[in-house]
Amino acid sequence: MGRMHPPLALTSSPPHTWGGTVYGVMLNHPPALEALGEAAHQAPYQAPPKAPVLYIKPRNTHAGPGAVTIPPDVSQIEVGASLGLVIGQVARGVKAAEALNYVAGYVTVADLRIPHTTYYRPSVKLIARDGFCRMSDTWTPRAAVANPDELTVKVWLDDALVHQTTTGQRVRGAAQLLADVSEFMTLDPGDVLLLGVSHGAPCVQPGQSSRIEIDGLPPLTNHYLTTLELP
Amino acid sequence: MRVARVVHGGAIHTAYPVADHPQHLRLTNGEVVGATKVQWLAPFEPRTIVALGLNYADHVKELAGELTLTKQDEPLVFLKGPNSVVGHGGHTPKPADVAHMHYECELAVVIGRTTQRVPAEHALAHVLGYTICNDYAFREYLENWYRPNLRVKNRDRSTALGPWLVPANEIPDPQNLGLRTLVNGHVVQQGHTSHMIHSVANLIAYLSGFMTLQAGDVILTGTPDGVTPVQVGDEVVTAIDGLGELVNHVVSAP
Repeated sequence: MGRMHPPLALTSSPPHTWGGTVYGVMLNHPPALEALGEAAHQAPYQAPPKAPVLYIKPRNTHAGPGAVTIPPDVSQIEVGASLGLVIGQVARGVKAAEALNYVAGYVTVADLRIPHTTYYRPSVKLIARDGFCRMSDTWTPRAAVANPDELTVKVWLDDALVHQTTTGQRVRGAAQLLADVSEFMTLDPGDVLLLGVSHGAPCVQPGQSSRIEIDGLPPLTNHYLTTLELP
Repeated sequence: MRVARVVHGGAIHTAYPVADHPQHLRLTNGEVVGATKVQWLAPFEPRTIVALGLNYADHVKELAGELTLTKQDEPLVFLKGPNSVVGHGGHTPKPADVAHMHYECELAVVIGRTTQRVPAEHALAHVLGYTICNDYAFREYLENWYRPNLRVKNRDRSTALGPWLVPANEIPDPQNLGLRTLVNGHVVQQGHTSHMIHSVANLIAYLSGFMTLQAGDVILTGTPDGVTPVQVGDEVVTAIDGLGELVNHVVSAP
């Protein structure tokens, strides 16, 4: 049952309003898997992951820049900076060599999560709180980005640069990831596939702000509140 | 009244049952058509699809050999994308390298309005209606990272929904429904919603405690024991008291 969308090239509405599905991927940055060490071979995992480790950021999480409520039951949340691949054409069974042709462009994403260190069956509660998937209000057409696998990614907390990595050195780069996901499921225009967060993403507490800068993409700024501070 | 969504004459229609004529449907324009002469879509357009693993005590026992699960306080929730949905009478592909593809008959609960932090005693007032789900799994693809991984549970057209969206007022007690699955006419799975570990009301309370549910969101409430492999060519009927029978055909993947 495909969905109907306006041609994405003509869309100027913010990505978080599209109603598409956002697919995230865990452990796509080798240092994250290396940090697990031998544990990746032991129970409950038994073996390192073969397919991309995917999850869904559902619609209640989609939001833009601005205020983020830190739920009252947690003290801090992790700010995962990720390149988001904006799907422009129906993608199923695409080859890596052609995969980027299915990408309309790129969006800056703050993939927020309550920190957790087990990946066996983490609670959806840790990743799907309201407003936990932040996307920049505008996106960058594919043609404006020469290579999505070599972009500098900077995360600022308040005024300090706390995390600087690149989109490179991935288990699967952008094209291979899209190919491997579309091997078993269809991505529709307006869906967003995250390239995945770099290891060592910083955490924020109420009162702080974050700014994510990815080369050539619109920056994304958010600030963090507790429920009591909301108007 | 229960409603379906069907394709007839090149358009999508809302369709209704015809009293005393179960083989017919009435479209909104008054036209009466044969139930087998239309293509059935899922009876509503699902928004967020929330699914439950291991929500029947008997099914937990059935899978105990492969689970590290012991005592479970929190519901095991996972999410699915819209690519997974297929309607009544639809086709679900079975990949050639999969031997253990199995059906899962589940009560599907459709949310009717914005729901935040609702207590269980008021939760059923937020239900628009119910339908049947057959939520297939493909166990060869199981990996122990973010279980159940999407390659197992989020394949295209692997989540049948339908045939009807039955309004909540026709189902006064969602915990008093028998479920059964038939493969090629033989009963292979039987259960009862009274055996759910987490009731429909408790699931809505739990979920709405950390995520806002919205109209069109759907909760697939888990399956009882009795899952067995299906083969290409099988007709799989999942049935729930008061909701009808959802037919699905297993086909070979292209």
